[in-house]
Amino acid sequence: MVKLITHNLLCCHARGCNYPDNFPLTFKDVTQLEVREADYNAEFLQKMMPRLEWKALVDTAKELGDTSLPAEMPEGDAVDEEFLRRLHHVLLEVHVEEGAMYCPKCEHKYPILQGIPNMLLAEHEISR
Amino acid sequence: MSRPEHIAPPEIYYGDAEARKYTENSRIQSIQSAMTLRALELLALPPDEPAFLLDIGCGSGLSGEILDEEGYNWVGVDIAPSMLAEVALEREVEGDLFLQDIGQGFGFRPGTFDGAISISVIQWLCNADVSFHSPPKRLQQFFSTLYASLVRGARAVLQFYPQSDDQVTMITSIAMRCGFEGGLVVDYPNSTKAKKYFLCLFAGSPVAAEGKKAKVELPMGLQGEGEKAIAYERRRGLEKRGRRKTDKKGVHDKEWILRKKELYRQRGKAEVPRDSKYTGRRRKFAF
Repeated sequence: MVKLITHNLLCCHARGCNYPDNFPLTFKDVTQLEVREADYNAEFLQKMMPRLEWKALVDTAKELGDTSLPAEMPEGDAVDEEFLRRLHHVLLEVHVEEGAMYCPKCEHKYPILQGIPNMLLAEHEISR
Repeated sequence: MSRPEHIAPPEIYYGDAEARKYTENSRIQSIQSAMTLRALELLALPPDEPAFLLDIGCGSGLSGEILDEEGYNWVGVDIAPSMLAEVALEREVEGDLFLQDIGQGFGFRPGTFDGAISISVIQWLCNADVSFHSPPKRLQQFFSTLYASLVRGARAVLQFYPQSDDQVTMITSIAMRCGFEGGLVVDYPNSTKAKKYFLCLFAGSPVAAEGKKAKVELPMGLQGEGEKAIAYERRRGLEKRGRRKTDKKGVHDKEWILRKKELYRQRGKAEVPRDSKYTGRRRKFAF
């Protein structure tokens, strides 16, 4: 159930990994993708937009086979209903069910099983 | 009072059976939902605005369900795989779930969440379950990463069951050291059973219109006895007492004795006493 919105807000928390080097986690071996309908809430999307890393979002969506988002985050009038609908679909309706996420820096693997990513670290990876 | 923290680490204590028991128990459900609603009230999010929340120790999603109902988007983290996989997935909660040890810190980007709630969780952090666990360090890691992941001016409301005043001091002092403001809100302080501790933390204060920092006041705890929360306690006690009396098997009546004797005769058992008007009667009282 990893939605892209959470993926976009998530980075590696192992020892020695600091933002922004440890972002975004890359999806690999994604064997199961699911699209589940969610309630559309334009206000929420508009509120979350400034918090998103747009480039990371577009790249990840492309990796997962969704190319509906523009390369640049639209501003002002370009943020229309149609765009928000597409953003809603990518952010909240696409779920990664099985696969793994890798940290771009330390290559730590976070496996995703049944839609739940395992974020546990081993003793030597816990940051101090 | 039994404390599950003393029995086993959370990921083991909340195994499949306990996770299911916990989730299906209607008393726990009602307490959890009451506490979640109270936590949301203390969170004081602006009304009618969407928000992105973090549910720390979401378990099987009892609190998450309420967040769904209130229309919030949320992310839940928990350390017990059984709670997440077996129960929370079945119940189809809306939020994203993560298997994570909160004592290892969160990996969310700075300024992600509009608020965080946690119901009956952080007392677990006061335990050292493995040799390399150090409660103050884990608390430190937890609070500092939580502080970072919150939007400035956001709140975190953490309900917990402290074991002693020392624990309260340790938890609050570490939270303050990590930059949080706020403090402890105690609901129903005069009641033994309904008493609830909420750690109400502010991650910085929102900047007011004139650029001055608005002073945030710690909300008041609820007063009174909290009668509602323990409405059936007395009745249950009485029922239990009543049951103990009737648990003893009563003396069998005449009908039962006659039936048994008839059965023995049919089976050809030797020396079955004959029936008379004295059958099944009490003997006379005698020394």
